[in-house]
Amino acid sequence: MVKVLKSLAELKIGQSAIIDSFTDKEMALKLLEMGCTPGEVVKLDRIAPLGDPIAISVAGYLLSLRKAEASTVLVSPI
Amino acid sequence: MEPNKSFVNFSERTSLKVALVGNPNSGKSTLFNALTGLNQKTGNFPGVTVDKKSGFSKLNNTLTAEFIDLPGSYSLYPKSLDERVAFEVLCNSDNADHPDITIIVADASNLKRNLFLVSQIIDLKIPVILVLNMMDMVEKEGDVIDTIRLSEKLGVKVVGVSARNKEGVDALKQALLQPLPVPQYDFIEIKKIAPEAIEKVKSVLKVKSDFIAFQVINNLSDISFLHDKEMQIKISDALNTCIIDTNKLQSLESVERYKVINRIVEDCITHQSAIKTKSFTQKLDSILTHRIFGYAIFIVVLFFIFQTIFFLAAFPMEWIEHLFISISELASNILPKGELSNLLVNGIIAGLSGVVVFVPQIALLFAFIAILEDTGYMARVSFIMDKLMRRFGLNGRSVIPLISGVACAVPAIMSARTISSWKERIITILVTPLMSCSARLPVYTLIISLVVPPHKTLGFFNYQGLILMALYLIGFISAITVAWILKWILKAREKSYFIMELPVYRTPQWRTVGYTIFDKVKLFLFDAGKIIVAISIILWFLSAHAPGNKFEQIEKKYQLKRTRNDFDLQQVDAKIAAEKLEASYAGMIGKSIEPVIKPLGFDWKIGISLVTSFAAREVFVGTMATIYSAGNTDNTQTIREKMKAEIDPETGQPKFSVAVGFSLMIFYAFAMQCMSTLAVVYRETKNWKWPFIQFLFMGALAYISSFIVYQLLK
Repeated sequence: MVKVLKSLAELKIGQSAIIDSFTDKEMALKLLEMGCTPGEVVKLDRIAPLGDPIAISVAGYLLSLRKAEASTVLVSPI
Repeated sequence: MEPNKSFVNFSERTSLKVALVGNPNSGKSTLFNALTGLNQKTGNFPGVTVDKKSGFSKLNNTLTAEFIDLPGSYSLYPKSLDERVAFEVLCNSDNADHPDITIIVADASNLKRNLFLVSQIIDLKIPVILVLNMMDMVEKEGDVIDTIRLSEKLGVKVVGVSARNKEGVDALKQALLQPLPVPQYDFIEIKKIAPEAIEKVKSVLKVKSDFIAFQVINNLSDISFLHDKEMQIKISDALNTCIIDTNKLQSLESVERYKVINRIVEDCITHQSAIKTKSFTQKLDSILTHRIFGYAIFIVVLFFIFQTIFFLAAFPMEWIEHLFISISELASNILPKGELSNLLVNGIIAGLSGVVVFVPQIALLFAFIAILEDTGYMARVSFIMDKLMRRFGLNGRSVIPLISGVACAVPAIMSARTISSWKERIITILVTPLMSCSARLPVYTLIISLVVPPHKTLGFFNYQGLILMALYLIGFISAITVAWILKWILKAREKSYFIMELPVYRTPQWRTVGYTIFDKVKLFLFDAGKIIVAISIILWFLSAHAPGNKFEQIEKKYQLKRTRNDFDLQQVDAKIAAEKLEASYAGMIGKSIEPVIKPLGFDWKIGISLVTSFAAREVFVGTMATIYSAGNTDNTQTIREKMKAEIDPETGQPKFSVAVGFSLMIFYAFAMQCMSTLAVVYRETKNWKWPFIQFLFMGALAYISSFIVYQLLK
């Protein structure tokens, strides 16, 4: 099966996905140390009332990040 | 991993240095407080402007340990100043704060991510103890952590505690006295990532571990403590032939670390039942970050905090003022009349009073902030406000400082410390004093009562009230506008991130609240206090001294009147005070700036008040009272009468016209006339550049606006 990649910012609330790769090297470092490693399952938990930032469940905790930051993370939805 | 062979033992020593490191929200500060109690001090790490908290605790009859609280960090990449400090202290054995033992505090209920930092510190090959904090939470969630197995896998001692309940703290203290294994084996084979480069660095620079060599490769210029200039050239020469992509190397490192961590976590944690606390957090989040309730609740919370600081703090502030008045009365009665007692009473005691009076507001604001942080609500406030604030170059965390600025800029600026991005924090600090603080209120009330008729419009809107509200609005609008402008001017030191943990909700801890209050009040009293007292003394000198024998001449002039009975003595004294102030250095400054402030509609009398207002804005009222020889300064009625009766010699009209009144209010709305704020801005930025810039831009804003207002209304 061909993997369909999306950015993390495009997930719907409640949707889970597996982290595939990053498009911004610097951002990747920041996210990697926070536990967003390739292969890790993430779930979009909620979106802030004004549409940005978003909150995701990853590595057993809740992480908030801006949409611009989330858009550098490529994921494959499950 | 195999068991360790090397051990250290410090039980025979009399002193021991212990550093605490850990992720933000890992409960590191709570543990630090539990270990040291109130036996703490705040200082600086040598050479850098990062606050260093340290404290002492007796481990047994002979051994006293010094605990150093290193800045919270998610990793050991020396990117930010805080992280660099932590890295240097841990790696450089010549550093004055280099610990004998490092305690790594990890949130056990969030083990996976916390182990990342742990794994990096293990690779430094220094003696460590891993503290698994919040073990009570793990239990509540129905998980079991096999600490013995974890200790075996990591090759370090593991101690489980719940710092909040002080459980396990004594066991931790005992663990410091026992032989400790020193990590022997690399957590990950860092050499595999950059074999050639690591070898080359090690061939010229002596380092304890491959990981340190790896850090040197990636941050050659940032890690200056490991090498001098000469060595740096040697290293870069050695690395000349290697192709180094630091981002890639560090990404590889992170991925490798998490691979090992995932295996360990799987091995050591067993989930026994369904998660409870996290679903509670989810439920609460759906209300507190709701698009309507979220903001409504936030406004209620803000309203409550603001009201409390504004009104509740007024009582203790009044007591403090009365206390200092009694002290100065007592002092002037006991002490012989003279220059020295004058300095003590009007310079030093008055200055101290001006410092201590802020304590109730600082204590209350930080009590609330500690509660909001401790419960986890503060992170949600940032979450729902970030987008709005970001447009103005601010951050979700700027909301609290800005709103608190309405009560007082001093605690508000201190609260900006939770903003992690340097640029957003500086902008917040720079614009907060534009918010209309409570010290402006007496000035506004006095002038409004002078120039605005107490009529009502539309039946119930009071003109005076409307003007007051407009002044508060002007403060707010100017703050966000200036923030927006600064957003374009200031260069960011680092990219602005909003990658932030949303911690689970917990009940606040009163002990933490107490420590926060104690800490902040102490910080303010000792750091900003010094500067405030110094400036108070200067201001006292300026207004209580005159060149030559001018004061004696004034005394002499009234000597005759004093002896005659048909003069009201109080009236004479008030006149003497007024003339003395006019003759004083402050009066001379007021007169010399008159040409400059004339286009704003101000005369030298207002000029003097502008100078003395620098002590605190509300001093304006007192100075006006002295100048207009109103006698009793508590009686605003008389000041108002006198000011109202003042005629402008040039126009023949009342001096305090609508134009002058509004010009003056606008001036007070914008000008940076508060030495306490400037002192705190210096304290928080550790650089005089920022209070200086703030003073200039607010002054320019005040001058230009007042000029426009006066010229338009004239």
